[in-house]
Amino acid sequence: MIGARARRIEDPVLLRGAGRFAADTVRAGELHMRVVRSPVAHGRIRRVDVSQALLVDGVVGAWTYADVSDLPAIGFRLTPRPELLPYRQPVLARDEVRYVGEPVAVVFATSAYIAEDGAERVDVEIDPLDAHLDPDAAPVTWIDADHATWAAGTGSRLGAQDSEATTFVEEYGDVDDAFQKAEELVENGTHRVVTVDARIGRHSGVPMECRGLVAMYDEAEQQLVVDGAAKVPFWNREAIAEMAGLPPHRVIVRETHVGGGFGPRGELYPEDVLVTVAAMRLRRPIKWIEDRQEHLVATNHSRGQHHRIRALVRTTDGFIEAMDCEFTLDQGAYVRTHGATVASLTASMLPGPYVVPHFRARARVRLTNKTPAGTYRSPGRYEGTFARERLVDKIARELQLDPLTLRRTNFIPADKMPYERPIQAMGTHLVHDSGDYALLLDKVCERYDFDGIRAEVEQRRAAEEIVGFGLAYFVEKSGIGPFEGARVTVDGAGQVTITCGASSVGQGVDTVLAQVVAHALQIPHDAIRVVRGRTDQFEYGRGAFATRLAVMAGSAAANAAEALVEKCRRVAAHEFRVSFEEVALHDGAIELVDDPGRRLTLGEIARLLEPVRAGMLKEDPGLSADGWFRSDHMTYPYGVHAAVVAIDRGTGNLSIERFIVGYDVGRALNPTLVEGQIAGGVAQGIGGAVYEEFLYSEDGTPLCTTFMDYLIPTVLEVPDVEALITEDAPSPINPLGVKGAGEGGTTAVAAAIGSAVDDALRVPDAITSVPIRPSLLRRLVDHVPTP
Amino acid sequence: MSSSNTTPCRLYVNGDRYDIDVEPRRTLADALRDDCGLTGTHLGCEHGVCGACTVLLDGQPVRACLMFAVQAEGSSVRTVEGLAPDDVTLHPVQQAFWDNHGLQCGFCTPGFLTLIAGYLEEHPDAEENELREVLSSNLCRCTGYQNIIKATLAAQKLLNGKQTEPGGVQEPA
Repeated sequence: MIGARARRIEDPVLLRGAGRFAADTVRAGELHMRVVRSPVAHGRIRRVDVSQALLVDGVVGAWTYADVSDLPAIGFRLTPRPELLPYRQPVLARDEVRYVGEPVAVVFATSAYIAEDGAERVDVEIDPLDAHLDPDAAPVTWIDADHATWAAGTGSRLGAQDSEATTFVEEYGDVDDAFQKAEELVENGTHRVVTVDARIGRHSGVPMECRGLVAMYDEAEQQLVVDGAAKVPFWNREAIAEMAGLPPHRVIVRETHVGGGFGPRGELYPEDVLVTVAAMRLRRPIKWIEDRQEHLVATNHSRGQHHRIRALVRTTDGFIEAMDCEFTLDQGAYVRTHGATVASLTASMLPGPYVVPHFRARARVRLTNKTPAGTYRSPGRYEGTFARERLVDKIARELQLDPLTLRRTNFIPADKMPYERPIQAMGTHLVHDSGDYALLLDKVCERYDFDGIRAEVEQRRAAEEIVGFGLAYFVEKSGIGPFEGARVTVDGAGQVTITCGASSVGQGVDTVLAQVVAHALQIPHDAIRVVRGRTDQFEYGRGAFATRLAVMAGSAAANAAEALVEKCRRVAAHEFRVSFEEVALHDGAIELVDDPGRRLTLGEIARLLEPVRAGMLKEDPGLSADGWFRSDHMTYPYGVHAAVVAIDRGTGNLSIERFIVGYDVGRALNPTLVEGQIAGGVAQGIGGAVYEEFLYSEDGTPLCTTFMDYLIPTVLEVPDVEALITEDAPSPINPLGVKGAGEGGTTAVAAAIGSAVDDALRVPDAITSVPIRPSLLRRLVDHVPTP
Repeated sequence: MSSSNTTPCRLYVNGDRYDIDVEPRRTLADALRDDCGLTGTHLGCEHGVCGACTVLLDGQPVRACLMFAVQAEGSSVRTVEGLAPDDVTLHPVQQAFWDNHGLQCGFCTPGFLTLIAGYLEEHPDAEENELREVLSSNLCRCTGYQNIIKATLAAQKLLNGKQTEPGGVQEPA
């Protein structure tokens, strides 16, 4: 079953419209919450008056900051640098508003319609202040001492804080020394310094399902039940319990079906806290369903980064001796649950597949009066890969080297694997666990006939078309620990359930876990039931992020299934009065090796394990086994993206004619699902490269608050992705050899399209920022050299 | 809720009659979801762009978020719940989506299914380019669309009584 193109077990329910997404949970007597949001980007709150809202028939309550002033600011889940604490977001705006969309009040009513009626009658008076929107501008005073002290919540008094929340360096080797020597080397002609300035526009995951949550305090069970969670229900249970003043065991957090994750969804947001606290205080079920306009200003944005890189390069072959990067991250108005994750990952993953003996990246995380930013599929790598690969292309052009040869020159050689880069990534040592970067490049070149593509591009150019071919190489990371667990249980009818701490954001994790267990038990995968994302069903789970579940939960499930088989063999051996070695698993049953006709099915073994009999067998009752997998290192899949693009001379319209991906995942547990992840990831990458950007007016008003202005690619903009999935470098650090597939479709899309557009235009340094807009191309097409 | 604002409304959905009381401002999508309990119709944008709420109104694909329930009075509505003939068999479009991994999170899926089912019933011989144009009505954020196209073409074959690639499990070679 492992490696099979198995149909998903999730699908029949979803195809019939029988799924339960966040909005589909209905509770008797529920109240609907509507959030009143700041209409200005920055201002001092003079008054928030809910009295008129409370007069609306059906409005049951309304809160302002004064009603929740006992709640602390929202904490960090990842990369919690202490200097970031004063920048945390309050649940409702405290004294100032800092972005359009910031929650300032909430209204609770008997229907969603009435809640909106009430929200419209909340009177918000704000004295506008100047909006600070440019992260590259010098930092300004951001929060006063009072707010900093309150938001940090450490008990000690803080001073005012400026808009640079943090700056830090990831480095190895000696960059300063390398560049000190550079002048002489450049003079001698042996080396050159190449610089690049690269910008990535602000965009985000924008799942098709907006956020939502339904919470209810169950008086009979004395438990707070929260439905509609996603991604990290176990972490959120702890946070919600603390905010609601309950011990964790009195809080049940359950994920329902989840309409896409991609990073932003499932983090703990102000609205989640409000829903759960309201359920406790109002003692009514509370339902909150975000609408799309809210989503586009309230849910995490991402990506907005500006990189400046200089590289010291050997002129003979383009070997990069040293790379020095400084980048600013447009954090928006608060630092949310991700802490410094994006900046940290950008810095540590920036060298990618290349050796780069001397490296330094300085991150600057800066606040602006925009929606707060967090992670989005391939966080830090989409951005860093664009910057680095633009640099590599530029080196190739300046030194007149073949871009493929140049990359090969700089690759970490296969015989140096595992390769430790003396740097940290997500709190782990960055060790490229396995890989043959040149081999994958060779395979992709051959499979898709890159020489042929180049020849065709030349021919079309001769016919005065504006076409180009470009590529980018990258290293991803996946499978972060520290642990995941799973329990495999067989009932008396022989039916198998996997219970685990994993989460689904729609990626197909149920199917993959079922395949892993089916493989071990030699049974079909499609009758297996998977229970996950429910804090009342399993004790621990770290969540669905960082492309970690195939590695972590997959390995845990494999270990659990292996333990289950052992238990089955012990029981069968006892039953047959033979030794453990004399029985073996075959097609979902334990049989005597020497007499395969004598067998016990899983169901029969489960029935033998009823509690009294299990006691006599000295086994725990029931046919069930737990498995855990722990890891303190990540796995590092890698890939290449290539694009063929054409630009319309009249309109500047960019067509992505072909998009090619080569990706090594170590071992594809289900190649169809891997390809699906790649294709979907590419589409999102294309969005960020060409169409999607959250733009703001000069006063900080968001300009992209509908799908008419925030342009998600449709089928007409996304080509059929041609993907070569390879398994040449199985991970040596997990039992399945697997590396994650979730993000590698996205990582290098902007870089590859930028490269292809550059190739089409043949205008030096034409593409240094994304999204690549038609207006820019329309200007540049006039400069395209004619054949 | 003040009952004086509501008006009786009769909807025929998937062959069943629903007599509901709705405010005039209630959208068809909300009426289907909340008053008829048919939550398979999803709301992705509520401004008519994403198409997740697509239902068939007298056979025509419409955005249920852009219509009031009272506008559907007396019309025949078909939602995703009304596609499959029974609890065992899927509609050919649903079957093709399953066989071709045409969905991931499944949130946009009902809108695509109703769109495609409605269009193929009226245009059984539509060319691929035409179908791509039709599929561009709706947004999907997970699949990158290529398996939706594959599924649509496979569904067309199934509906026209032709064989398609088998689904199920294909073990590695």
